[in-house]
Amino acid sequence: MLNTGTLKVTTPSDREVMMIRVFDAPRAMVFDAFTKCELLKRWFGPRGWSLALCEGDFKVGGHWRFLLRGPDGQQMGMRGKIREMARPERLVHAESFDDYPGESLVTTTFVEERGKTTVTVLVRYESKEVRDAVVASGMEHGAAETYDRLAEFLESTRSSTTGA
Amino acid sequence: MTQRLDATFGALADPTRRAILARLALGEATVTELAEPFSMSQPAISKHLKVLEQAGLVSRGRDAQRRPCRLEVQPLADASGWLERYREIWEQNFRRLDALLEEMKAAKRKRTTKGKRKS
Repeated sequence: MLNTGTLKVTTPSDREVMMIRVFDAPRAMVFDAFTKCELLKRWFGPRGWSLALCEGDFKVGGHWRFLLRGPDGQQMGMRGKIREMARPERLVHAESFDDYPGESLVTTTFVEERGKTTVTVLVRYESKEVRDAVVASGMEHGAAETYDRLAEFLESTRSSTTGA
Repeated sequence: MTQRLDATFGALADPTRRAILARLALGEATVTELAEPFSMSQPAISKHLKVLEQAGLVSRGRDAQRRPCRLEVQPLADASGWLERYREIWEQNFRRLDALLEEMKAAKRKRTTKGKRKS
């Protein structure tokens, strides 16, 4: 089993990316963090970007929309449709970026063992070229980030939880 | 290598150019065909194509009449360790999620303790 905090990213096929990560929390809680707007806003998106808009119906057949706003006012829109949703174990949705044609299929599973949850995210793109283009462009957004703000945030969270 | 990576990332830093690449991923196209989905003039699209060509992401066919544009994925593959960078971004997302989950657990513990004290 992976250690908590270690993110594993692989390419099971030339058009897929898979991520595996363990979280130190029960899976109902982790599932909610992936499917509730007020929680998603707290962690989703490259640093320096905020989830300025999150709306929609997180239920089977429901549509959702995200608008990510960058540090220089740039905007990146995403939308999706929920195909399967079985809280707290499985979520399948189709997602697309406003800037790109086509959509990818994302399958997320949540497995709990001894209070820790292993999340596996499998993203399937329409083709290898689309996968490589989307992933590489994501790099461009993330490349400017530094780790200073992350360290600050972790520090403030640690002091607030010990304070409680 | 760094210069080439800068050129690749610079080329990808524009949503229109990313959309052009995504369209070319589905097959080669002429400038006219590429300009079609955008409310943008052909010269404007050509400007974007030039940036992509200079980054080695797009090549132009030799056919004098059509000169179709083709996607070249090698620079993207060469952005060596792209997977590692992808991992870094998501690592940061998930660290923020770790912090959020700690807050949620602490809040839950607080609520449970309060409940016990009352009874």
